[in-house]
Amino acid sequence: MISALLTYEFLQNAFLSGLIIGIIAPLLGLFIVVRRLALIADALSHVALAGIAGSLFLSQSVLFFSALNPVYLGIATAVGGSLLIEKLRGAYKHFEELAIPIILSAGIGFGAIFISLAKGFSSDLMGYLFGSVSAVSRQDLWIIVLVAIIVIAYIRLFYKELFALSFDGEYAKISGVNGKVIQTVFMIIVALVIGASMRIVGILLVSSLMTIPVAAAIQLAKSFKGAMLYSIIIGELSVIIGLFSAYYLDIAPGGTIVITSIIILLAVLGWNKVKGKQRSRNVKGEFA
Amino acid sequence: MKKSIIECKDVYFQYEHSTVLEEITLEVKEGEFWALIGPNGSGKSTLISIILGIKNPDKGIVKLFGENVDSFRQRERIGYVSQKSNSFNSGFPATVLEVVKSGLTGKVGLFKAFSKQDEQRAMEALRIVKMDAFSTKNIGELSGGQQQRVFIARALVGKPDLLIMDEPTVGIDQKNVASFYSMLNGLNREHGIAILLVTHEIDLVTDLATHVACLNRSIHFHGRKADYKNMDDEDISNWYGHPVRRVHADREGV
Repeated sequence: MISALLTYEFLQNAFLSGLIIGIIAPLLGLFIVVRRLALIADALSHVALAGIAGSLFLSQSVLFFSALNPVYLGIATAVGGSLLIEKLRGAYKHFEELAIPIILSAGIGFGAIFISLAKGFSSDLMGYLFGSVSAVSRQDLWIIVLVAIIVIAYIRLFYKELFALSFDGEYAKISGVNGKVIQTVFMIIVALVIGASMRIVGILLVSSLMTIPVAAAIQLAKSFKGAMLYSIIIGELSVIIGLFSAYYLDIAPGGTIVITSIIILLAVLGWNKVKGKQRSRNVKGEFA
Repeated sequence: MKKSIIECKDVYFQYEHSTVLEEITLEVKEGEFWALIGPNGSGKSTLISIILGIKNPDKGIVKLFGENVDSFRQRERIGYVSQKSNSFNSGFPATVLEVVKSGLTGKVGLFKAFSKQDEQRAMEALRIVKMDAFSTKNIGELSGGQQQRVFIARALVGKPDLLIMDEPTVGIDQKNVASFYSMLNGLNREHGIAILLVTHEIDLVTDLATHVACLNRSIHFHGRKADYKNMDDEDISNWYGHPVRRVHADREGV
């Protein structure tokens, strides 16, 4: 694959965008998981599906959309969806989590309507649903680079506020952190990452790359910074192994990337179990 | 003259058509240790939320350090330990030091990262609560009492002039409660931090506090501890809503 990587631009695009997403998806995912909002990524990716399907449908009849990269409308609808979730969470104060399934259903609903209205883009759609090594264009790569710059700048600038809000929102607000603005911007950025990642991992699997590396990392880390580092390492490993196997086996990279991360998660859980058993044996030994 | 730190004047609060607080007038001055006592559902936590600016009163004035609570910006001058502090997600991947440093978030301000000095401040706060040896431990690995000490360190790290605590001994082992209160005593006497402590452990706390406020929807007593001690148990039972007999620490040897 190395020589192919040097020769083919589409492979370079896929590989570089995969490496970047392997960093930013778990990085943001950590803040989502510790706040028990893991399903938000799922909801927003389904909203992005509505945008993509809408754009593909409109491209058949409206000239403007035929020239437009469907990723743009996907990102735009995901951002709209993220703002709607925030609004709905306010409306259902006692059932905040209800906002997520409502938006998720709306996303699938619109997606299904656009898919059935338009005919003949099923092969394109498969790429968006499960990711594709060959589909990432140079333009997609530039979008991903731009999104990555925004994500890293945001986390760098607001790291301490995000940590305080994630650990104890009430305390953060009392100590003067403006939670509302930071939270709204956070949701928009999550939507941007989902929109940018779906080309390579696929809409249906993008949330997995935000949550599974984090699920493994929090099993290993004691500190928040440690969890961040482990999440990124596991995310990168999953992307690299996943992309190589997708290329050689000629299957959708979304599947191989996510299954790799699941295998890593299982290995971490197994390792922790063995270590736990060993520790309890040592403790028993001390008392024996 | 001592400066006023908390000032509540004629505060009213209703929740879904039922009055939770009425005619609350209370003043806490610098260096004082107040015990706010009252039965469950007496409005203690609501009053704290109003003082902290989380809830707005329906009527009345609340001032912090002489400034209206709505426009009060020097949040770092107040340290707060809530009743719910130790009901956090115990699987959260954070070290004790990271949690304590987070208490400086508002003080450090936007767009700035924590400095080495901030880390030293956090270690100093941990030393005060005798938890410095645990700084690199995961917060979830500690016992309830140890976690509560960490949350007090988080409240202290910004060097506040006022510490507000809402039933901080909930979840702490009974045998550790006495040492916890003696630590509070030290914070008040040695560090000069004013304390407003909400509790229903009326007998234990009133031995430590300099002032006592008795709340059950309205303030029934508000003044120096000596005057509170002179009250009859019967009077206290009347506002408390059920019979109360005070047991003092000097008699019980706590």
